[in-house]
Amino acid sequence: MADHAAAAPGGPHAALAHHFESLEKQGQAQRLGMWLFLATEILLFTALFAAYGVYRYLYTGAFAEASRGLATWMGGVNTFVLVTSSLTVALGLDAARQGRTRRTAGLFFLSIGLGLVFMTLKAVEYRHHFLLGELPGPSYRGHIPGSGGSLFFSLYFLITGLHAFHVLAGMTVLGVIGVKAWRGAYSAEYHVPVELAGLYWHLVDLIWIFVFPLIYLQ
Amino acid sequence: MSPSPASSPPVYAVRNYLNTPATGLRSWLTTRDHKRIGVMFLVAVTVAFAVGGFFAMLIRVEHLTPGPTIMDAMTYNRVFTLHGVVMIFLFMIPAIPSGFGNFLLPIMVGAKDVAFPRLNLLSFYLYLLGAGIALWGMIHGGADTGWTFYTPYSTTTSSKVVPILLGAFVLGFSSILTGLNFIVTTHTLRAPGITWTKLPLFVWSIYATSVIQILATPVLGMTLLLVAIEHAFGWGIFDPARGGDPVLFQHFFWFYSHPAVYIMILPAMAVISEVVCAFSRKNIFGYKAVAYSSLGIAFVGFFTWGHHLFTSGQSPYDAGIFGALSMFVGIFTAIKVFNWVATMYKGSIDFKTPFIYFLGFLFFLFFGGMTGIALATVSLDIHWQDTYFVVAHFHFIMVGSTMMAFLAALHYWWPKMTGRMYSERWALVAAVFIILGFVFTFLPQFLLGNEGMPRRYFSYPERYWALNVASTAGASVLAIGFTIVLGYILVALRYGAVAGPNPWGSRGYEWLTPSPPPLENFDVLPAFERGPHQYHDLPAAPPTPAPGPAGEAAGASHG
Repeated sequence: MADHAAAAPGGPHAALAHHFESLEKQGQAQRLGMWLFLATEILLFTALFAAYGVYRYLYTGAFAEASRGLATWMGGVNTFVLVTSSLTVALGLDAARQGRTRRTAGLFFLSIGLGLVFMTLKAVEYRHHFLLGELPGPSYRGHIPGSGGSLFFSLYFLITGLHAFHVLAGMTVLGVIGVKAWRGAYSAEYHVPVELAGLYWHLVDLIWIFVFPLIYLQ
Repeated sequence: MSPSPASSPPVYAVRNYLNTPATGLRSWLTTRDHKRIGVMFLVAVTVAFAVGGFFAMLIRVEHLTPGPTIMDAMTYNRVFTLHGVVMIFLFMIPAIPSGFGNFLLPIMVGAKDVAFPRLNLLSFYLYLLGAGIALWGMIHGGADTGWTFYTPYSTTTSSKVVPILLGAFVLGFSSILTGLNFIVTTHTLRAPGITWTKLPLFVWSIYATSVIQILATPVLGMTLLLVAIEHAFGWGIFDPARGGDPVLFQHFFWFYSHPAVYIMILPAMAVISEVVCAFSRKNIFGYKAVAYSSLGIAFVGFFTWGHHLFTSGQSPYDAGIFGALSMFVGIFTAIKVFNWVATMYKGSIDFKTPFIYFLGFLFFLFFGGMTGIALATVSLDIHWQDTYFVVAHFHFIMVGSTMMAFLAALHYWWPKMTGRMYSERWALVAAVFIILGFVFTFLPQFLLGNEGMPRRYFSYPERYWALNVASTAGASVLAIGFTIVLGYILVALRYGAVAGPNPWGSRGYEWLTPSPPPLENFDVLPAFERGPHQYHDLPAAPPTPAPGPAGEAAGASHG
């Protein structure tokens, strides 16, 4: 997808690819492409959510107990942090619409900072699980008897791990677009990449909004 | 394109996508042009088809005798797995959409390229990467699980199942990117004048395919990843020994892999809708019915996966519902078949090679489809589950039909892609070999399955011997047919008669541009005033059939 530099005076916009008639059309295409990509991301997680649902049904007691063992407050704080980061990203897009792209860059870097807070808290949680032996599959040394506990932590690490991977990817995207915005690549007329980066970050946030109640809350 | 009088000799477009901007290998490998990417996909899938076909021949030769013939049982397991994996993930899923779809869809909507040309090239390289990883796994031992990778066997086998799974995982992303590109292209890059109901039916069907590619493939990707993790680390998701549920794998797998059958057959239907109009010189009968039934198949296809689990402990109630839902696919397919047949009615039928393959397609689709309806009936399926009857059924419906359509597409659009005609005489000979060879390969397998021969077995009792020999004989005829095709199309590449913009007198939009098309598809964008299947107002008589390729090339363009 085109993410090039600012307008060349006179001629067509530098970001306009040869096969589109206008920037507006190109923007429509890129937005639609992004939404379709987000649909694939959701389905990627849906498989894991479905597996979680099935095993939670099969091992109700063990899953409830394992879930109670999680630090709900950490998950809660992380939810707050991610939702806030979505707000800062949305404000960044708003700034880009007004052509204040330095402000966009600043808000994106703030969002990356919030992403780092999220990842740090997640790392603390992971470390806690490692110490307690709450590990997936055969490595499980936790206190829950039967297969339920190890299955819970298999799914826990798969879901939160895949989500964390997406947080990292989202932070990278925000970083690249943030630097470009700082250098003046976008303007009030052309800021589709800012919008797309925002969409991706919101998806990462939205998935967590489903992960949190599924895994942490009873 | 300027209309030329019917008498002038056909012109080879001198400046075309094959030599613009450059001809070197580098210019191909770094191209963003959808036509070149389509051609590269076609070459790649043809190689894959040859590899998969080679494995198929090994299977058939092995079955010449009831006991061991040329390999041991373990090798046999690997060979049928590789046959399935290569044919499905490397040939049938990408063949028509990524190959012909890439080449044709942008031209058919009057666009200069797909919406995201760089993603398109990435899709090709992901294909190569996925194929490479899978190939690495094949060389280093291969998998022995069957292409379905059923757990718990796939998570405990000592064969190299992980690279094959990861290869299929990467191939999935290639498929997703292609589908994404086609949907966005169809929505945003249609030329002025091409409304949704003036889209060629090829585009409608490829669009429906793309929806499935986007919505189903991620689930398969996740599932294959879970199996790979299970195999490598034993996390227990599908392992009953650790509390996992292997049937859950079957649900996940078929949630993708049943719709994937429609990723294979919908593009075939896309081709057929074009071919039947062009060679019957008739407007399509029931445009909207054909267009919307593609979407119908795509939609219903998501609710039929349970018919693979009739004997996996599914409740009879679920099985009944899944069986009934599966039959809806038959209704949508029948809508298409009736419309194609009605299109031929009172048409001026031209028995060229693509049309022969269309007839083959109809026969295979009908035969495969009707046995599919039978298999969707729970009580019958329990008798046929995991027998050669199922093997024959899905080879008829997805291999036979898709192969017919692939060959029809290859012959119909060959002049457009290369600017040259193939030898019609050799093509007819090859078509007879391929269609008869296919029937003789798989018809005996229906009988074998009905008599109880299970699929994937290495050896079989004496009484199945004769039918197995018949099947192998048919496969040999099939192989000869494909060799002939490969021979004459390579010859045609260089020595074929010049085709001109529209050798078939087709009304499809892609024939409005020179052959081979120029870099951005149209020198001057046509107005697209008439529909892509509109034959009732032909300006002149259709080109008179004449023997030899030069005669066919005389057909003028009807710009």
